[in-house]
Amino acid sequence: MKTGKTNVVSKYNRWGYIFLIPFFVVFLIFQLIPLVNTIYNSFFENYMSGLRRVGPNFVGFQNYSALFKGGDLLQYFGNTMIMWIMGFVPQILLALLLGAWFANPSLRLKGQRFFKTVIYLPNLIMASAFAMLFFTLFADGGPINNMLIQAGMIAQPIKFMSNVWTVRSLVAFMNFLIWFGNTTILLLAGMLGIPADLYEAAEVDGASPTTIFFKITLPLLKPIFIYVIITSLIGGLQMFDVPQILTNGSGDPMRSSMTLIMYLNKHLYSKNYGMAGALSVLLLIITGILSLIVFKFTAKKEAK
Amino acid sequence: MGEHSLNKKQGITSLRIKRILITIVLILISIMCLFWFVLLFVNTTRSNGELGRGFTLIPSTHLITNIKNLYEGTIPILNGMLNSFLVAGLSALLCVYFSTMTAYAVQMYTFKGKKAIITFILAIMMIPTQVTALGFINLVSALGLENNFIPLIIPSIAAPVTFFYMKQYMASNLPPSLIEAARIDGAGELKTFNLIALPLMKPAIAVQAIFTFVASWNNYFVPSLILHDDTKKTLPVLIAQLRSADWLKFDMGQVYAMISFSIFPVIIVYLILSKNIVGGTTAGGVKE
Repeated sequence: MKTGKTNVVSKYNRWGYIFLIPFFVVFLIFQLIPLVNTIYNSFFENYMSGLRRVGPNFVGFQNYSALFKGGDLLQYFGNTMIMWIMGFVPQILLALLLGAWFANPSLRLKGQRFFKTVIYLPNLIMASAFAMLFFTLFADGGPINNMLIQAGMIAQPIKFMSNVWTVRSLVAFMNFLIWFGNTTILLLAGMLGIPADLYEAAEVDGASPTTIFFKITLPLLKPIFIYVIITSLIGGLQMFDVPQILTNGSGDPMRSSMTLIMYLNKHLYSKNYGMAGALSVLLLIITGILSLIVFKFTAKKEAK
Repeated sequence: MGEHSLNKKQGITSLRIKRILITIVLILISIMCLFWFVLLFVNTTRSNGELGRGFTLIPSTHLITNIKNLYEGTIPILNGMLNSFLVAGLSALLCVYFSTMTAYAVQMYTFKGKKAIITFILAIMMIPTQVTALGFINLVSALGLENNFIPLIIPSIAAPVTFFYMKQYMASNLPPSLIEAARIDGAGELKTFNLIALPLMKPAIAVQAIFTFVASWNNYFVPSLILHDDTKKTLPVLIAQLRSADWLKFDMGQVYAMISFSIFPVIIVYLILSKNIVGGTTAGGVKE
């Protein structure tokens, strides 16, 4: 295919570059320039003091050291991680279970398509509207409290929005609902990709379904598992819409549900550009490291 | 022999019990997923007074009244829906067209630095939009594009995830020989792309158009930073505004109607097209 046609084809090949122009022009303007500007801003003192703008003055790494001082950053990082873990652990467990059920041909489950459609549905819901819905449903005089009182399960309404752990649980539960269907579909695709003869061989050798799951399915699923964990962690670090709307940006009670991006959003709104820049760069570095881990594993998988 | 068939029979019975138990669990999980949206719908049909009286899953008769009150109220809901529709629709169109074009460039042509370009797009895929938000709003205000939809629509032209999906789909569904045949017939390159490549990419384009539309429809972070005028706000920004208002004074029927308008359009589209969507999530993402 190559040698004979090279001359004819090479004439057209400059069109390869031409077709790349829109992508790279838009990338340059709307992503690269903002990225450079963000990094640049992280080295300048630049904020509003009342109606007066202070700066921009070059201050080196002062924004970064200010960011780490006082422990706010650590607290918000902790909040983000706690709520991510609270949502992710049940999510991955349920996804594994459902994936194993859907992938098991001997079960011949009826209505698989219906169940897959239903569990994937929350993934498409507007997270901010979903959070607003939960805020109204779990209000002190809202339907959930009414339901529990009518059922006689509680005497007084539960104040969901003023307790640290109920707020965190609501955020985690919403993230769990939004993502477990997606994770199930991903793990299921991985499970269906495992050659059937491996299972058959194990069955012939008399291995129990549990043994098969732990000795064959899980080890072979490792690459997808790592992909799911790291991408979920990257997504978790970006957690914003749900806690922002649920707590109206306050992260209350006592900023116990304030996430890193909510913190960034606060700096952006108060036009504290130096700090916002430093926080962005920090998040970029963390995300970059996590992404490298994903690439390392997916590259390994493709090389095999 | 007899014992063996008895064992087999027991095996079938236990499998049947297992199947029933699993189906019950699956139904419970489905209820956990759907309960919130059923409750949302029911509450949208109830008046403020009825909502104050207690919990029920029986729909009432105030659906039209709530929608009418919302429409006549202070929140520019119709504007918000139109804005959201415009931004999401145009984003989806531009995203799929240019992502297909970018994929076509690296898939159908050989040129220097192609590998480096693919690696580069892979590397920028993971940059979260939030991380560049500061520079983005600086750029938007420098260009005088605040309260404008352009900064929400145009960036979707450079969408690495869609690009990779298109590239993979193209690799298995668009043979280069077909493009070469078009060249021999004397069609121009852009014409070949538009008239031959694009139609053959239709299934992939449909899936990605839906995903991009939904992502843009639901997007809150960036629009909230650049849309300040009430008439320019998209639905998520209006939802946030509703949340920060002194909501106790609100007619709750209207609040639920507002949430319904943000959620149900996507659910309806999803239920019509669910076959493509659920399959589409894995086709491009993880290949096995």
